[in-house]
Amino acid sequence: MLLEDPMRGVAPMLTALQKLQYSSEQLTTLHPDFLLLCLLAKCYKTGLSILEDDIFEVDQPRDFLLYCYYGGMICIGQKKFSKALELLHSVVTAPMSVLNAIAIEAYKKYILVSLIHLGQFSSSFPKYTSSVAQRNLKNFSQPYLELVNSYCTGKISELEAFVQANNEKFESDKNLGLVKQVVSSMYKRNIQRLTQTYLTLSLEDIANTVQLNSAKEAEMHVLQMIQDGEIYATINQKDGMVRFLEDPEQYKTCEMIELIDSSIQRIMMLSRKLTDMDEQLSCDPLYLGKAGRERQRFDFDDFDTVPSKFTV
Amino acid sequence: MDAEDEATGHMIEEEEIYVNGGEDGDESKRHRPIISGEQLDIEAYAALYTGRTKISRLLFIAEKCGNASMQLDALRMAYDEIKKGENTQLFREVVAKIDGRLGPNYGPDNAWADAVDRRAELRKEKLENELNAYRTNLIKESIRMGYNDFGDFYFAHGQLGDAFKNYVRTRDYCTTSKHIVHMCLNAILVSIEMGQFTHVTSYVSKAEQSQDALDSITIAKLRCTAGLALLEGKKYKLAARKFLETGPDLGNSYTEVIAPQDVATYGGLCALASFDRAELKSKVIDNINFRNFLELVPEIRELINDFYTSHYASCLEYLGNLKANLLLDIHLHDHVETLYEQIRNKALIQYTHPFVSVDLHMMANAFNTSVSSLEKELEALITNNQIQARIDSHNKILYARHADQRNTTFQRVLQTGCEFDREVRSMLLRANLIKHEFNLKASRKH
Repeated sequence: MLLEDPMRGVAPMLTALQKLQYSSEQLTTLHPDFLLLCLLAKCYKTGLSILEDDIFEVDQPRDFLLYCYYGGMICIGQKKFSKALELLHSVVTAPMSVLNAIAIEAYKKYILVSLIHLGQFSSSFPKYTSSVAQRNLKNFSQPYLELVNSYCTGKISELEAFVQANNEKFESDKNLGLVKQVVSSMYKRNIQRLTQTYLTLSLEDIANTVQLNSAKEAEMHVLQMIQDGEIYATINQKDGMVRFLEDPEQYKTCEMIELIDSSIQRIMMLSRKLTDMDEQLSCDPLYLGKAGRERQRFDFDDFDTVPSKFTV
Repeated sequence: MDAEDEATGHMIEEEEIYVNGGEDGDESKRHRPIISGEQLDIEAYAALYTGRTKISRLLFIAEKCGNASMQLDALRMAYDEIKKGENTQLFREVVAKIDGRLGPNYGPDNAWADAVDRRAELRKEKLENELNAYRTNLIKESIRMGYNDFGDFYFAHGQLGDAFKNYVRTRDYCTTSKHIVHMCLNAILVSIEMGQFTHVTSYVSKAEQSQDALDSITIAKLRCTAGLALLEGKKYKLAARKFLETGPDLGNSYTEVIAPQDVATYGGLCALASFDRAELKSKVIDNINFRNFLELVPEIRELINDFYTSHYASCLEYLGNLKANLLLDIHLHDHVETLYEQIRNKALIQYTHPFVSVDLHMMANAFNTSVSSLEKELEALITNNQIQARIDSHNKILYARHADQRNTTFQRVLQTGCEFDREVRSMLLRANLIKHEFNLKASRKH
């Protein structure tokens, strides 16, 4: 990195990382640095391959936060918005005792990605978020929350006006590209809503409902969405009509069965991990100490399985 | 979108209670966009009520109607009515509103007002002395009568808050359940005039608790006031049920609050807006008791029958004709729009329900509207998930759409799997983080 040539550092870092990990589930201090290199070198795919592994063991919380943040950015670059959402969500809800800048930046990006991917954003934090985060994160991301409000009204013109007004703020956070993606996702969401109500619709009507300028633009948008697999439709150019089709997935193919099977395997593995962790915790002396202290309140007649050494 | 489309001025020749106004026959330009041929006959309307509610209703009509001659009529009748009573405050208000437009007979009559005030002062003193005497004697019954008289006095003079307080004070001195019922009825009357319907509900339930003192007329009164309170609270289904349970014994005994025509109108409209077909048939159409009320307002009866037999165009037309008059009603005024919208939506949903595909042109004819506005309404209903269908905008056909259970189940399964995966992984991570923090703290301690 000091040599201003991040590209050269990527490959050696990768090997170092793999050698340092004693299991693929562990996060080392090298991880965030590696991801930072990938970001700077713009070779997102290598970064992505590292992100594929799930992490379960973390030594340093700071490493973890940085890892998730950079990971989120790489996923955004690769347009894998659901994984980005996951990673950013982990940063925002990670247990922390003190507010740090990583969480604030991650929260801002989290809002934007949530709008692009899900079309909505709930500003209530899940229960397990640390109280520090709950109290303070909103104060630092005011313009983003207002963006959410104007997005929810569903009017493109309002949204664009708002973005124009707050251009410098978004620019200074280096989030302007993401914000532009939010605006374009709005068109997509409106068109998707139309598939729910109409069977066929003329391009003119689509352009009017979604507030596009002409039928040609509407056609381009619809075409793009069909190619991306976001809607299922056919365009009849002679009549200028679009016919919306149902999702052709019949859930009868071999691939689908394999997908379901692999999901089942994964989930079984996860539950096994959970039970392991539970067992480990119940043997932990600190936990027993606390639990034992509480049991004092019960009758002595209760069958006391906790040895008296742990009851203080 | 609503009934205004229907009012094409097509009058239905019906024997109905609101006869074409003879005195204000000139259809002077109204500021409201409703083109209805029939105007409210104020005299006939006002004859249905007595007491303070008559005055409030007349004043409300004067305020809300856009027609100057109708306004003056209403004010004139209000003036006459007030002169029969003792409410000088209201008198002054009405005089201000009339503003000399009705000639010298209807001007500010200060002599009368002063006389009434003086009489009121004397009576008040007398009542106070009597009450104090009774209080020293500690005879419960006379104290109760004393407070009651005070309440009546304040009510007649328009001081509703004091009236309410005095009626409530009689509660401590009520000995029989008849007294309690009497007190509750008074309290209810004052609360309705004040517009505080929460009190109405509580006093109705209080009165209903003393079962033995209730005769059928009182029960009917309590039911319709409960219905009124629920109507104000926008709980249309419950309000409809209460109105429908009102016995026919109500007759004309409660005209200081509500007329039996109103029971029919309110009950009918709320039922139409909120009941499903089965309930509508059993509780409204087959309800013998309620039939007596419906006879008084044959338009509502026709309207409900039309809705049930799917003649939506004529049903909506009746609604359109009634709308202007209903907007002048003091209790229904705020709810007319919502109720009409709900009835119209129900009509649309019911129309499309039995079919697999519906031609939008035929449907537009049935509802007497244009295809494009119909399409917009249907779109709103589909987006709200009240109709399960899709519109073929090219051929203008509505296709019913039945969800494919198997596919949706698969989708849900996969989604739940993904969510579980995600949640558990992040949970394990967080647990790990906390464990490390804990370890750090523990190691720092040693």
